[in-house]
Amino acid sequence: MAEDKRLMKGNEAIGEAAVRAGCRAYFGYPITPQNELTAYMAKNMLDKKRTFIQAESEVSAINMVYGAAATGARTMTSSSSPGLSLKQEGISYACGADLPLVIVNVQRSGPGLGGISPGQSDYFQSTRGGGHGDYYHLVLAPKSVQEAADLTYEAFDLADRWRMPVMILADGLIGQMMEGVVLPPARDLAALPRKPWAVGRQADSHRPINHVTSINLVPDELEAANRKRFARYDEIKQAEVRFEEVNTEKAELVFVAYGTSSRVCLGALEMAKKAGVELGLFRPISLWPFPEKRVAELAAKGKKFLAVEMSMGQMVEDVRLAANGKTEVGFYGRCGGNIPSEEEVFAEAMRLVGTKSGK
Amino acid sequence: MELAYGHPKSLKPIQTKYCPGCGHGVIHRLVAEVVDEMGLQERSIILNPVGCAIWADLYFDFDSVQPAHGRTPAAATGIKRMLPDHLVICYQGDGDLAAIGTAEAVHAANRGEKFTTIFVNNAIYGMTGGQMAPTTLVGQKATTAPYGRDPIEAGMGYPIRVCELLATLGGTKYLARGSVDTAVNVRKTKQYIKKAFEAQMRGEGFSMVEVLSPCPTNWQMSPPEAAEWVGQSMAAFYPLGEIKNTLEEAKR
Amino acid sequence: MTEKTFMAGFGGQGVISLGQLWVYCAMKEGLEVTFFPFYGAEKRGGVARASVIVSSGEIASPLVTRPDSSVVMNPDSLPLCEEIAKEGGVMLVNSSLVKSGGARKDLKLVMVACNDIAEKIGDVKIANMVMMGALSKVTGAVKLDKLEAVLKTFFPESKHRFIPMNMQAIEAGRAAV
Ligand SMILES: Cc1ncc(C[n+]2csc(CCOP(=O)(O)OP(=O)(O)O)c2C)c(N)n1
Repeated sequence: MAEDKRLMKGNEAIGEAAVRAGCRAYFGYPITPQNELTAYMAKNMLDKKRTFIQAESEVSAINMVYGAAATGARTMTSSSSPGLSLKQEGISYACGADLPLVIVNVQRSGPGLGGISPGQSDYFQSTRGGGHGDYYHLVLAPKSVQEAADLTYEAFDLADRWRMPVMILADGLIGQMMEGVVLPPARDLAALPRKPWAVGRQADSHRPINHVTSINLVPDELEAANRKRFARYDEIKQAEVRFEEVNTEKAELVFVAYGTSSRVCLGALEMAKKAGVELGLFRPISLWPFPEKRVAELAAKGKKFLAVEMSMGQMVEDVRLAANGKTEVGFYGRCGGNIPSEEEVFAEAMRLVGTKSGK
Repeated sequence: MELAYGHPKSLKPIQTKYCPGCGHGVIHRLVAEVVDEMGLQERSIILNPVGCAIWADLYFDFDSVQPAHGRTPAAATGIKRMLPDHLVICYQGDGDLAAIGTAEAVHAANRGEKFTTIFVNNAIYGMTGGQMAPTTLVGQKATTAPYGRDPIEAGMGYPIRVCELLATLGGTKYLARGSVDTAVNVRKTKQYIKKAFEAQMRGEGFSMVEVLSPCPTNWQMSPPEAAEWVGQSMAAFYPLGEIKNTLEEAKR
Repeated sequence: MTEKTFMAGFGGQGVISLGQLWVYCAMKEGLEVTFFPFYGAEKRGGVARASVIVSSGEIASPLVTRPDSSVVMNPDSLPLCEEIAKEGGVMLVNSSLVKSGGARKDLKLVMVACNDIAEKIGDVKIANMVMMGALSKVTGAVKLDKLEAVLKTFFPESKHRFIPMNMQAIEAGRAAV
């Protein structure tokens, strides 16, 4: 039976979902606006006799995760934008060594130290393999506290299934806001997937020795390994694309937005309904893999797009790539910690609808 | 009949890529011998660092993990916390430990992480071809210190005595400095390693054995000259012996 | 039904707890809720604001940019609340600290002497609860009939003795409007 709905902050719901998903080790470093998550993990992991370490930096935290993941344990780190820049080195190594782990980014505004208010300007860094080398990893963007909990919980399964880091790309609003949430059941640690490639416990099975590494100095071998990984990426593109659509069939103009921005667009949709205008929303949930096929289909149907982001325009590039010139792609963004209002977004949509149809 | 000499089980019977006269091979062997003596081959994990010893996974016949340059103690922390009954060996060079990974090393030591660091101090960056290391002696030449290490005028700073630096930290229980320049010192170094590994398996806190080790190739010396230079020049600045021992057995 | 409320005051006035308790009760009454706080950089004495929405359906944007109701706890918050209030919206003003109700004629202005009422009950700290009682009566969005149980989980055991006083403040707030 499902549990009662609880009122929780996004940061805390992410923490609880991780604990329930069987996270055995969490490593973090303080940064606003995700501090409640680190504090939640400190209390709850220690209470459960699991591992919590406040690392000396984000660089160390991601490498502790790297070590724990190498032993096959479910493990997680979290941070906000500047900290994610520091974690990129470790993420690249984890992708090169095919290690499953979970990373949470509660984005703030940048660049540099920027501000502590919500932002969505780490899209490029997150979806393009923000460190060195050829790689990608799953990136999931929640729009609510409930979805933040659900996606975090699932991220551990996805990481194990695909042997790769999975990133939850939230933002300061999702992290700080409180909503009702029904939490998933706690996983039985003993029943989690076995990982025959992990180091340790060799004595149990006398298996051949295992190496967790990303180095290979033989060009043909390294190329073969990279190609094999990219074949897996193709499978992921088939299996793990996620999105939500609202009124896209009837709409002349479709907002494309994820996370907090998509909520704002939903507000604009309500305004449109009252005004008797048909607008739609396309919300990517998996940012990598990006739902490019569905965007292309909608573009082919002649839908106009308006990408809305809390950035100067990052995801909009994926929308344009997928639309491939078949339709107009507008952009409306706010940044610096500002969140667009539904009124602004609605007005911009009306302007685009108006100009083209000559109203 | 007692076997007087044999190849350690935990070390694969293959030739290494290390240069003639390099200390890494000897140090690998000491580690493998102790692992065998403790019967821990199937419960050992080595972290092979970025540096010449990145090849450790080719030679040790047990599990290995290869982290980013200098992040070795952070990754070792993650591993040891998940597998507390395993022997976790954090093998590091001087660039890895005392330059790029100083923060990771100091904080893992200070937390008293229960793994053992084998710190190979060859006073140079080996793998990248002889650049100045944090442990390069004053006056010693390197490709990036062509006129010799000049602490003040050229702003190159002073060599760092890592054992002494870490000795002030509450989490460190056993810090010893050995050398592989002579047979006697090799034997002593093995004793330090054994003490450290045993302490680790008792869960006593952070332990480290620093090993002064020759790098004839990058020092541009013959192997005998290099060994001599370890004994005369390096050991003069980096005193050998147990720098800190607060193990339970030492207190008794 | 959807009620979007913007709450504003200075740090220490209990604006954040007011918003949290409001949505907590709403959730217990079966509504969907969002609560998004905004604090200034200072921990005490800075601005404290919250976007608070309760609804019988799914909530779109959690940001309240055109509030149906606003709660003005101190003079500094009045201009902003006046600026963003929805045409014909409700504005509840803590008249103990805010002397005028602003210039907008379309708003339904409700003056509540929160601090004075709270002091009379025994502690100025419960001025926020007086306001919550008034907000419940004026908007009807949240009945607050589960508040006593909510307070038991909201406060640590050691503070449960203050619950009766808080309930009294709610009633006084209701009675004042
Ligand atoms: C981030 C990063 N910077 C630089 C390097 C290049 N690099 C590889 S090995 C090494 C020096 C290692 O020296 P040391 O730790 O002393 O080990 P040794 O090779 O002497 O055994 C450097 C700088 C790297 N791999 N990664």
